[in-house]
Amino acid sequence: MREPTAAEMPDWPDEIFAALKAARIHQVGYVPDAGHARLIELCRDDPEIRTVPLTTEEEGVALAAGAWLGGQRAALLMQSSGVGNCINMLSLTKTCRFPLVMLVAMRGEWAEFNPWQVPMGSRTQAALELCDVLVYRVERPEEAAETVASGLEIAFNGDLATAVLLSQRLIGAKRWVK
Amino acid sequence: MISNDRRLDRRGAMRTLLENRGDLLLVTGLGSTTWDAAAVGDDDRNFYLWGAMGAAAMIGLGLAIARPDRRVLVVTGDGEMLMGLGALATIGVQRPPNLALAVFDNGHYGETGMQASHTAESVELVAVARACGFRETFDIIDEIGLRDFGDRVHNAPTTLFARIVIRTDEPPRVLPPRDGVLLKTRFRRAIGVE
Repeated sequence: MREPTAAEMPDWPDEIFAALKAARIHQVGYVPDAGHARLIELCRDDPEIRTVPLTTEEEGVALAAGAWLGGQRAALLMQSSGVGNCINMLSLTKTCRFPLVMLVAMRGEWAEFNPWQVPMGSRTQAALELCDVLVYRVERPEEAAETVASGLEIAFNGDLATAVLLSQRLIGAKRWVK
Repeated sequence: MISNDRRLDRRGAMRTLLENRGDLLLVTGLGSTTWDAAAVGDDDRNFYLWGAMGAAAMIGLGLAIARPDRRVLVVTGDGEMLMGLGALATIGVQRPPNLALAVFDNGHYGETGMQASHTAESVELVAVARACGFRETFDIIDEIGLRDFGDRVHNAPTTLFARIVIRTDEPPRVLPPRDGVLLKTRFRRAIGVE
């Protein structure tokens, strides 16, 4: 399979990146996901953003809290499976009313080849909402940037936790057979 | 009570680390290190964890990155550090020069009935930190070592990791405020970002 040409690359990761920049995000914690690959690359290449690869997503919840204590804004990038790893740590966010923005690449919901992704993927939104995280979904590429921008606004204006779920249909199902 | 145990006293150790603290920012972990810091004296620049076990080191990292102009000290216990052991890998990669981690290690979970922790068995936290990329580590058993580390916290050029061996005792609890919003807001005000 050949690499996609520039004209064929989706624009929405670049547009989400522009939304992060416009919101003055200076720290980005992430556990890699193929759906976030382009966005991670853009963040790593930006000299004003400190990217922090995490061993598990809950570290990122604490990282974002520390950033805010110091006056910086952070965002977290993760896969839907990682949301489950964050549950107890979200008590920090809620108890102290730390602003939090999670961008979640969905797995296990659209043409998923790997059934092991389905249990967490199918309960990601419910789990977040149980923890009082406000959840917004992106289904179409043209909605991505404005939905992320909205999630950032709500989080930092109101000291609230928000998650933007980037649907698997948007990202494209993972190719297993090349 | 007179004891023959020569290991450091946790309250005294916290007092030593916070002597002449200058503009040092402090994060403490659930739970005994939070009581230790409160016993030394409540301060708006202390961010105490009453929950979110495993968070202390990563909060310190986010804070240190956000405020490169300030020194950040995280003091937590062996159980709290073990729950967030991956954070040592994450911080070992980042190594901000203004961050220091100190683990009060008594080999036990003091808040839940003094059950033995992994450090009472086979786990050596200093070796873990070194393997994760920390270049300056300290295994502290006495007041001299503690004072040396306390000085380094204010001027080290790299992230520090210290294991501080303390007695397995439970001094009376001294409770700081537990309102998370208050702790967050007063901390931010104290450093001029709110």
